[in-house]
Amino acid sequence: MAKKPNLAVDTRPWRDPAAKPFVRIRNVTKRFGDVAAVSDVSLDIYRSELFCLLGGSGSGKSTLLRMLAGFEIPTSGTIEIDGQDMTQVAPYNRPVNMMFQSYALFPHMNVEQNIAYGLKRDGLGKEEIAARVAELLTLVKLQDYGARKPHQLSGGQRQRVALARALAKRPKLLLLDEPLGALDKKLREETQFELVKIQETLGVTFIVVTHDQEEAMSLATRIGVMNQGEIAMIGEPTDIYEFPNSKFVAGFIGSVNMVEGVVTEDEPGHVRIRSTELGCDIYVGHGVDCAPDQTLWWAIRPEKMMLSRDKPEGLNGANVTHGMVEDIGYLGDMSVYQVLLDSGKRLRVTQTNTVRGNPDSISWDEPVYVTWNDTSGSVLTV
Amino acid sequence: MRRGWFLPITAALGFSFLYAPIISMVVFSFNENRLVTVWSGFSTKWYGELFNDPQMLGAAWLSLQIAAISATIALVLGTLAAVALVRFRSFRGRTLFSGMVSAPMVMPDVITGLSMLLLFVAMESLLGWPAGRGMLTIVIAHSTFAMAYICVVVQSRLSDFDRSVEEAAMDLGASPLRTFFDITLPIIAPALVSGWLLGFTLSLDDLVIASFVSGPGSSTLPMVIFSKVKLGVSPDVNALATIIVGIVATGVIIATAIQLRNRPRKARR
Repeated sequence: MAKKPNLAVDTRPWRDPAAKPFVRIRNVTKRFGDVAAVSDVSLDIYRSELFCLLGGSGSGKSTLLRMLAGFEIPTSGTIEIDGQDMTQVAPYNRPVNMMFQSYALFPHMNVEQNIAYGLKRDGLGKEEIAARVAELLTLVKLQDYGARKPHQLSGGQRQRVALARALAKRPKLLLLDEPLGALDKKLREETQFELVKIQETLGVTFIVVTHDQEEAMSLATRIGVMNQGEIAMIGEPTDIYEFPNSKFVAGFIGSVNMVEGVVTEDEPGHVRIRSTELGCDIYVGHGVDCAPDQTLWWAIRPEKMMLSRDKPEGLNGANVTHGMVEDIGYLGDMSVYQVLLDSGKRLRVTQTNTVRGNPDSISWDEPVYVTWNDTSGSVLTV
Repeated sequence: MRRGWFLPITAALGFSFLYAPIISMVVFSFNENRLVTVWSGFSTKWYGELFNDPQMLGAAWLSLQIAAISATIALVLGTLAAVALVRFRSFRGRTLFSGMVSAPMVMPDVITGLSMLLLFVAMESLLGWPAGRGMLTIVIAHSTFAMAYICVVVQSRLSDFDRSVEEAAMDLGASPLRTFFDITLPIIAPALVSGWLLGFTLSLDDLVIASFVSGPGSSTLPMVIFSKVKLGVSPDVNALATIIVGIVATGVIIATAIQLRNRPRKARR
């Protein structure tokens, strides 16, 4: 689900340089022996954000989350939560709760006791605990399951108990480690909505670790893409997808066609890149920080390209290339075309199936032209 | 598929090989005759005689005490060793430690018993403790070898223990000690119970080590039975064995019942 468009600036505090971050991670490094699981990560997260840490396995995202929870102490650097230095504080003294990937429900306690555990540690009165537990069970729609043991619940129900337990102490910050990882696809999509709804209702700051880019895109206010212990890019989902800052981010999120090229024209208003790989020139309608004759990369999403039988006009003699349809993947809502260019490079182009059962659609082994707009691709230098 | 006769017959042979001696022993414990091999009528007199035999009763009581104490000591030590081995994956000498912990399991009892005896004798002359051999030395000896078995039992339970459950408790505000008593202990409790029972049984069962390290006036039940049998099998030994078999069978039935009740839980997982 897309985040509401046109949010006011005050709901996007990261765009305001004067805003005070809620969680401040500064130059944090974590080494296990000689291996740096997290190296020199600095990250600001604002109040009521739903921040996703996205990365493959071994990218350091879970280690970073565990340092926020207090299960790991950074080798160097500091972690501040709500203005207080938390770097060395033990997990049981942090105003932070975590929802574990395995849910980590206490197997010998029933649902109510699981949820009440944190409240009991806080020394709350019996009645207050009971009221809070009932409130949380309603929140996660498990009113009738309070007396069940974890093993009597389905995966989705366990996930909700884990969420309720983590929310019970009304933490300022909730950490979620792959919260939807163990659910099947359909349940995951439903739960995504609920998670966002709960987060918006309670206004708690969420930091979610995930390896699932779709999940990150649909949940997050902002995403931090991690690679080999470092933050590769931080941005809103649209930034990450449409304006990746590196080859890694472009390739990691969604699918992309990436070609190498040489700058032939470098003007403030446009750039021309000659790409033998693509078999044509690329005309980019905005200035790029580069030098003439510099080798760089150009990336474009499959849905930003168009196929046609007739030669399109192109743009200043660029942005048109020719090839043959090698393969078509029909997905219902759209079709994925694999086009073998005359240069030998393969492009992936998706076209929305707007006409029902179109008999005139482009077919296998047909020669086609591929074209795109001057603002559709991203020029990448790293 | 047609059921063959092969399987039932082999099963019957196998079970009779295992249980025929026990059944004959139970039957002959109710024999009236003084000669164990000659049946002359039903009687429970040997049970009565057994309960009037102070030597036998004293030995049984001693054995139970030793078994309970040494199982408890071994449980504490074995659990600590298991925690060290599972939780602290890499410390200096871990492999050596793990090997040494399990060594008493493969060591022949005779050697364990002999070395224990030598140790106790040397300690007595050097330190003056333990003074003489008796219940204390048997408890120490039984604790050491039962510890090895308990360590293995607890270790296997701890290794499939999801550590994030403990982390979750700490995350919710429980100190490490609190976490241990609230979370860890209840979860590994079944392993501790079965470990303790194992230690108890091993101690009750042991003849060889006890023979080495016991002193005058501290004969355990197996030792008394063994010495009696050397003078010829007497029917009251049959009666005693029948009582023990009865207790063990009851224990096994209860344990199985508990396991069966918990089975649906495991199947779901």
